[in-house]
Amino acid sequence: MGAEMVPVEHVLVLAGLLFVIGLFGLMLRRNIIFMLMALEVMLNSAALAFIAAGARWGQADGQVIFMFILAIAAAEVSVGLGLVLQMRRQLQSLDMNDAVRLRG
Amino acid sequence: MTLTLFLFYLAAGIALLSTVLALTRANAAHALIFLIVSLLAIAVLFFFLGAPFAAALEIVIYAGAIMVLFVFVVMMLNLSEGSREQERAMLDFSNWWLPGLLTAVLLVELLYVLTAIESETSVRAVMPKEVGLSLFGPYVLGVELASMLLLAGLVGAYHLGHRFLQRDRGRRD
Repeated sequence: MGAEMVPVEHVLVLAGLLFVIGLFGLMLRRNIIFMLMALEVMLNSAALAFIAAGARWGQADGQVIFMFILAIAAAEVSVGLGLVLQMRRQLQSLDMNDAVRLRG
Repeated sequence: MTLTLFLFYLAAGIALLSTVLALTRANAAHALIFLIVSLLAIAVLFFFLGAPFAAALEIVIYAGAIMVLFVFVVMMLNLSEGSREQERAMLDFSNWWLPGLLTAVLLVELLYVLTAIESETSVRAVMPKEVGLSLFGPYVLGVELASMLLLAGLVGAYHLGHRFLQRDRGRRD
């Protein structure tokens, strides 16, 4: 495996780009499913930065944190999608602007 | 440019392109497919960074479990053509110039910070054995906390979904 030639700083630039794209998507979209997807992109870019840092110093800590990020993403998505179902049921809409009053 | 480097930049380009496409689609199902492609490309990057175990987890858990959960929900909600039209209207230029400007400023700042680090290409592969020893050695408290978080997520998802199913049944009667 050619793991010796990959420039780490370019991976960090890529992680920054992905994070900014995710943040842009989060601000642009009002559909709650797309907002959850943008959150996934942002979490994933942070995981990429951790893996790159772990590879740069040859330590296992980067991959350990990656696994914690994975657990956080799984918990967040399961609760978030449950909320999506409830929102659809009670407001007949997925638009975040319809949910600003907190009481349906 | 060696083949490894070429493949690395190819995967990085695919990841960026598919992420942009995923977050600008009006159709949620199409967006999910693009997002899965993006996650697979990032898994390839993990392989190049010498983290094969993380790459496998990225495919199995992210692309395999979390994204399939999204697909299930999108199929369950059965989004209409009207909502797609609404999404297309949301993607108008007047809506995205301000977040675009703000995130562009943030990106420039991020890139400026990253110019300060010196170039480094000596990456060492970290094998699953080291990760496991670290995970259940110094990080064992974190593993316990993650398991509690997952339990809380399970209970929360059951609570929300349970009420959804109950209400659905009540309406059908």
